[in-house]
Amino acid sequence: MKYFPLIWSTLWRKKTRTIFTLLSVAVAFLLFGMLETVDYAFRHPSGGVTGADKLVTTNKYSITLSLPFSDAQQIRSVPGVAEVTWISWFGGYYQESKNFIFALPIDTDSYFNLHKGEFVVSDEQMQAFRNTRTGALLNEALMKKYGWKVGDKVPLHSTIWTQKSDGSLDWTFDVVGSVSVKDPTQASAQSSTLLFHYEFFDEGRSFGKGTVGWFEERVEDPLQAAAISNRIDALFANSPNETKTQPANDFTMAFMKQFGDIGFVLRAILGAVFFTLLFLTGNTMMQSVRERIPELAVLKTLGFGDGKVLGLVLAESLLLCLMAALVGLALSYATLPIIKQGLRGVELSPTALLPGIGAAVLLALIVGLPPALRAMRLNIVDALAEKH
Amino acid sequence: MFKQLAAVILMSLQTLPQRLGASSVIVIGIAGVVAVLVSVLAMGAGFRHTLADTGRADRVIILRGGSDAELNSNLTRTDVDTISNAPGLAKDRDGKALLSSELVTVVNVPKIDTGTDANVTLRGVGLKLTEVRPELKIVEGRMFRPAVRELIAGRGASRQFRGLRPGSVLQLRNADWTVTGVFTSNADVHESELLADVDTVGSSVERNGYSSAVGLLTSPEEFTRFKDALTTDPQLKVDAQREPDYYAAQSKQLTQIINVVGKTVAIIMAIGAMFGALNSMYSAVAARGLEIATLRAIGFGALPVLLSVMIEALLLSLLGGIIGASLAWLFFNGHSVSTLGGAFAQVVFQLTVTRALIITGVIWACIIGLLGGFFPALRAARLPVAEALRAA
Repeated sequence: MKYFPLIWSTLWRKKTRTIFTLLSVAVAFLLFGMLETVDYAFRHPSGGVTGADKLVTTNKYSITLSLPFSDAQQIRSVPGVAEVTWISWFGGYYQESKNFIFALPIDTDSYFNLHKGEFVVSDEQMQAFRNTRTGALLNEALMKKYGWKVGDKVPLHSTIWTQKSDGSLDWTFDVVGSVSVKDPTQASAQSSTLLFHYEFFDEGRSFGKGTVGWFEERVEDPLQAAAISNRIDALFANSPNETKTQPANDFTMAFMKQFGDIGFVLRAILGAVFFTLLFLTGNTMMQSVRERIPELAVLKTLGFGDGKVLGLVLAESLLLCLMAALVGLALSYATLPIIKQGLRGVELSPTALLPGIGAAVLLALIVGLPPALRAMRLNIVDALAEKH
Repeated sequence: MFKQLAAVILMSLQTLPQRLGASSVIVIGIAGVVAVLVSVLAMGAGFRHTLADTGRADRVIILRGGSDAELNSNLTRTDVDTISNAPGLAKDRDGKALLSSELVTVVNVPKIDTGTDANVTLRGVGLKLTEVRPELKIVEGRMFRPAVRELIAGRGASRQFRGLRPGSVLQLRNADWTVTGVFTSNADVHESELLADVDTVGSSVERNGYSSAVGLLTSPEEFTRFKDALTTDPQLKVDAQREPDYYAAQSKQLTQIINVVGKTVAIIMAIGAMFGALNSMYSAVAARGLEIATLRAIGFGALPVLLSVMIEALLLSLLGGIIGASLAWLFFNGHSVSTLGGAFAQVVFQLTVTRALIITGVIWACIIGLLGGFFPALRAARLPVAEALRAA
């Protein structure tokens, strides 16, 4: 630590150069932080159902094919299944297709029992929901976004389901209450949720009656999840509607993977960034040591050992890279809310920034080592005579 | 003035090899930016091309009114019969309208590279398929036969997804479907799909009806007449769109996302590379201090010196831009990838490094170079001659 002032002053020997190097390394780490958080978000999706004790059952051949509603009874009888609920894809939007609303027809009792403790709805509003056939519970953020209040009528357009009565795709719901999620990491994924009654939906639609989009199950013991999945699928083997049951997290991951190998794209970009960065900082460090050869020789004359000189140069490189990395990562942390807006349904975590520190140390060692070795091997006589 | 300029530039280029380390920082830094920019934009360009190459101006797609995609749409048999009588449709020799009633579903097929299930479109098509879509060519195996469980796979699909070679068998709802052939169709979006007989698909997924109807018009100008006939019919609640319009709308969102993301990343990288360029050019000016001062002392103007530094930076960044664009072209042009398209199903497309993208990349390189060269050039031009000479 006592050498810190020495390292600090050699670092700032050429101010402009150090500042520009710092800035370009900081920019690289800004990008590193941003891309890492996006990558992390894709690897840890949080949309819809989560939790190790949740399973999702879909049609084996295609998630767009429905399943018979009557399967629920059979699934419930499988040992180890604590609760089962059913949901359909409504494909709703408000006025324009860009105002997507995650509207879900639910079976009230089983849905809230399955997600016990995950949602907050006041008792009074829950009662109102149960009593209103056309009622809907809306996420707080959604109500705020469109300025909806309890008592309002909300017309939604479904891209799929026509009404039996008039063949129209427009469905109107009565706002009876608000719902919020307890887990803050789920907040953005659930921010456009509208829950309404499955019965109202099934009676109202002109086709597909008695079918559901998918089932969700909660199991008593998460360790048994795989076995229970197999038992559920075995129930419907060789039926016209074979099922595929998988842990909810796997289901979401598989869906995310369909967008393509995002991880590969991000790693390729980061690879390019760090490759160019190696040259840039490496060149700066080389130059800085080259200019200081007489000074280093003086240090050696004063009795600084080879190891100490090596350490001094490495420490300088470490200091440069770490300072820049911290600035860059802090900046990328500040961009989290912006990225979050662009990536609805995935949760971003600041812990994804940690590998950045590791990358900074690695970078510092790679670019610091060649000049440090050069400084270590310096021959005092030659160096002082400037015969380097 | 020009003579001076030429002399100074020549001199600075001649001394360039002595400053190889610092100069390579500019070249490599900018090459990195341009390579990333061009590769990411090539993804957007490839996706847009695949969808833009789908359809012809004289072909229409009819969906249920209010549905934005085929997967959400629903037409009854009566609807399709009514549509086939609409004016403007081309007819075959027997006077039957060239209209293919289609049923679109997605099926799970594992991707070859990851092994995870992906949504692949299985499109049931009518008997008029080959007349409605003459661009469709079987390149391997043979056409599927109606009324039996046979299908053909698009070339893109057969390369990206498992088990889509002629002769292989695909399980769908407890039934075995045989892949009988592989087709191409102008490298459009249908090459990501599986095609089979519409009624066989319908009975397999228990759907008595269609998703859409695709018809060939006698000429592109007939569209308005055709559309008006459909929309004024009180029995029908359908939307008719020209195929290119429908597919352009499907590609808009994703192309936009790719472009925004690609440019954001490239701008951030460009800022980093600019600092690198500033550094290199400052050190180049410092290394040439004596040389520049001598030139000034013997009567060279400030402007030629300034310009020579700028031009050096520009040439280096131009080189970097060309290297970066070439790398992107070399590694990624024609590289086949797939993603979830607008219609909830996989679209296979190729990264396309177009000439326009290469030019964009090189322009970016030059801008970075000019910005990075300007301030060092200014310093070179303002170098106090006496001091610089004494310092040396």
